[in-house]
Amino acid sequence: MFRRKRKLDDFSSEIEAHIQLEIERLREQGLTEEQARATAHRSFGNVMHAEERFYESSRWLWWDHFWQDVRYALRMLRKSPGFTAIAVMTIALGIGATTAIFSVVNATLLHALPYPHAEQLVSIAADFPGAGARDVGMSQPEWQDLQRSGIFEYVSPTWFDENNLTGSSHPARVRILIVAPNYFALLGVKPQLGHAFHPEDHSPGLLEEVVISDGLWKRAFGSDPHILDKSVRMDTDLYRIVGVMPPGFDAPGRTAEERNIEVWAATSFYGTPLPDNPPRNRRFLPTAVARLKPGLSTTQAQSRVDALVAWLQKQFADDYPLQSAWSVRLVPLQERVVGNVRQSLILLLGAVALVLLIGCVNVANLLLARASARGREMALRQALGAGRRRLITQLLTESVFLSLLGGIVGLVILLCTKQYLLRLLPESFPRLANTSISWSVLLFALVSSLVTGAIFGLAPALHAGRVDLTYALKEGARGSTGSGEQARTRRMLVITEFALSVVLMIAAGLLLRSFWDLLNVRLGFCPQNVMAVRTRLPAPNFPENDLYSNAAQETPFLREVLRRARTLPGVQEVAIGDTASVPLDQSLRELKVISEGQFFLTFESSGNQADQPTAVERSSVTPSYFHLLGIPLLRGRFLGESDDDKAPQVAIINEAFARTYWPNQDPLGRRFKRNRTDSPWITVIGVIANARTESLAQAEVPQIYLSLYQSESRRLVIFLRGHMDAAAIPEEVREQVQAVDPTLPISGSQTLNETVSASLAERRFSMKMVGLFAVTALFLAGLGIYGVISYMVSERTHEIGIRIALGADKKNILQMVFRQGLGLAITGAVAGLAGALIVSRLMAGLLYGVRPTDPLTFSSVAFLLIGVALLACYIPARRALRVDPVIALRHE
Amino acid sequence: MSTQDPTERLELLQGTLDLLILRTLIFGAQHGQGIARAIQQTSQEELLVEHGALYPALQRLEERGWISAKWGVSSNNRKARFYALTAAGRKQLVKETNKWKRLTGAIARILGPESAKG
Repeated sequence: MFRRKRKLDDFSSEIEAHIQLEIERLREQGLTEEQARATAHRSFGNVMHAEERFYESSRWLWWDHFWQDVRYALRMLRKSPGFTAIAVMTIALGIGATTAIFSVVNATLLHALPYPHAEQLVSIAADFPGAGARDVGMSQPEWQDLQRSGIFEYVSPTWFDENNLTGSSHPARVRILIVAPNYFALLGVKPQLGHAFHPEDHSPGLLEEVVISDGLWKRAFGSDPHILDKSVRMDTDLYRIVGVMPPGFDAPGRTAEERNIEVWAATSFYGTPLPDNPPRNRRFLPTAVARLKPGLSTTQAQSRVDALVAWLQKQFADDYPLQSAWSVRLVPLQERVVGNVRQSLILLLGAVALVLLIGCVNVANLLLARASARGREMALRQALGAGRRRLITQLLTESVFLSLLGGIVGLVILLCTKQYLLRLLPESFPRLANTSISWSVLLFALVSSLVTGAIFGLAPALHAGRVDLTYALKEGARGSTGSGEQARTRRMLVITEFALSVVLMIAAGLLLRSFWDLLNVRLGFCPQNVMAVRTRLPAPNFPENDLYSNAAQETPFLREVLRRARTLPGVQEVAIGDTASVPLDQSLRELKVISEGQFFLTFESSGNQADQPTAVERSSVTPSYFHLLGIPLLRGRFLGESDDDKAPQVAIINEAFARTYWPNQDPLGRRFKRNRTDSPWITVIGVIANARTESLAQAEVPQIYLSLYQSESRRLVIFLRGHMDAAAIPEEVREQVQAVDPTLPISGSQTLNETVSASLAERRFSMKMVGLFAVTALFLAGLGIYGVISYMVSERTHEIGIRIALGADKKNILQMVFRQGLGLAITGAVAGLAGALIVSRLMAGLLYGVRPTDPLTFSSVAFLLIGVALLACYIPARRALRVDPVIALRHE
Repeated sequence: MSTQDPTERLELLQGTLDLLILRTLIFGAQHGQGIARAIQQTSQEELLVEHGALYPALQRLEERGWISAKWGVSSNNRKARFYALTAAGRKQLVKETNKWKRLTGAIARILGPESAKG
């Protein structure tokens, strides 16, 4: 590999030649052979010294030293396999866990979205802060305004929807994204087969062309290479497939549902089935993505958008009531996709880094203990002329080597358990790149190994460099080693370890308490033995094909499905609702926000709330829904079978709604209507108890329930209560639904318990991981204090022996040992509590029901740690008690 | 300290050995012993060059590319390693010489009146 430029032999023969030449010259001057030789040697000086200097000036000297150190390190590690195993495993644990978390962070937070120039991509959302509404969507004219504003290269609304794909063996639900024709040009992605939409194709209505995903192409069309230009029927309409997207192409969405789009359809959002001239105040476009003009930053773009918004508000004062304070928000697309997992991921990375640090401290402690055992060796090396720097380099090489070894073991463990670990990730996590051991992850592992090695090697190495020769050699001769300074360093390390563990334990404790509180929250509904199965009525583009265009047409279908489902084995109760009626469902967040959940309403003038449009959560259900979910009625009456399209519109509200909008008034008989001119008045007929159907963390969310017989909902959920065979239910429901309408698909069958549990998936994940890290930290801290105390006991065997000989009783000895251990633990715990106060405030957003300074968590963690410290001291303390004074004294 | 004793030679200042070696080689390739001789003779035996120090210096200069070396035969038929100035070495010599002259000039100006008094 690397060679020195010139061999030492060559150099020596040059010197030999020099001396010969010099001798000859001196002989010519008349000196005798002997005199000449002596003079030549004298004037040359020390030959060996010259040779040494030559050797050192050789440029690969560091390499020689390095190899020497590595070989020596290997020998040392092999000589003490116990120490090596413990140190390597500790580091492997730390590096493995850190690398695992880093690979997730790398795949989500650090990777740019997989589109060219992803930094130019933003998501556009509109709010009515005045009406307390976020993400209100935009109207077609607003989209046109943004598109023409000169701020954006392209703007495309994105409208997530479902469709019924018919023609294959079973009608299937497909996830469809309705976009502007410029969508793929905006993202800068080309199909693997065929072509995308023409960005300037602004023909009315939905384009006939659709682009499908690689997944759908493989699943529904068997990877048919002649798929292009084939027709496909969705919601009874015919479309032509013009492109197939490449595998791994995901739409930029927040949930798995939104990312796994199967069909893209394009429109300019006017013309049948949409209005020919969509009004400015009909915000049916849920969200939009856009590509900024090159060179424009998000902040710059935002200020220009603000100016545009202000101008539009003046221009169309009727459409933008001042009190609703319309505003348009640009968010970097990446932020929107990963924003809601960032905090948890950073928390995890912080937690795992703490574990690694605690591991480092532990190994540093082990190394220090060994360093004091090697005190004589170091002193001897120094006495023989090894420089301080050389000793430090040697010890650092040893520790870095140790940690590299640990890093490698950690990576191997990680690779072996990768499959299992990936399954721990909640499904909702955005994965921009495949979470894998990529080069950057490997580099991370390497660098963190090196840094780790340097950190834990530094303290022992510096100590070795400061050895007092005479003292060490003399001390060594007597068999006792550690200096006072070293003992102090070790105590500091253990205190640090304890402090770090306290921080981690408190973080874990707070998360655990939050999670526990959420699990035990009074739901207000009963999810046991309830299954939800979804179906969907088609929404054709042409009204003449629509079999379910209004409530009157839909009701007979609903009643028939209810009747048939009730006959299924084990089923006791059945109800139907729209998607918004599924409690705690997170999968279709986007759908809920725009198309179904939020409802802008105006109250019948009653003084205080007049005219102000307000956004509230709304779902539509059949009468049996409340009983099936066990939500009790407080006043008035439930919905009835007779509240159908022929009867006046009615609504059930929850207590929170009554309290928010009609405080201290009787809500029964009050009226409100949808914020549209042609909407009928809706009368409140009943008040039900609050239930946490929106979010486990929120107790009071105002809710409205309409009669499904009086509203047009196409996305339906069939709820079944009873003792059913969960595996068989989807098929049984499919038979019954398709007996009524054979074109309808069945999808997403889930028990309500699963839905509730899925809504906690992210919290559960962070809690489990942080908890795991905290337990590891506690274990390591316990080991650390055990190490220090037992070292202290063995060091003071002699002293203890004297004390016992002089009549100290067991109590005194125990006290002595425990006082030492407790002192360390309490100091560490106090420092840790102070640190935890800072950390817990930073994670306040992840907590539920507990304050960041929860005294119960803080005190119980402190006591737990002190308990562990006592336990760790117990073993060395017992050893101290068994000290035989005779042996201890003879030791001298 | 007395400088009267002719046997008491001057020790080389740090870094000047390189300059002297380069300067000596300007007259053609020379081996180590020859260089040591030449420095001593041209300085009229004023400078003390420990021969042992010469070789690491030669090695250093060779590594920097200022001199090149090859084995050859000396005038009295002995094998020796001959050093020759390279183009880079010539440039370096000019640079170093100028630097040295400025340095000694400056020092002389400072010491001038002082030595006049003495």
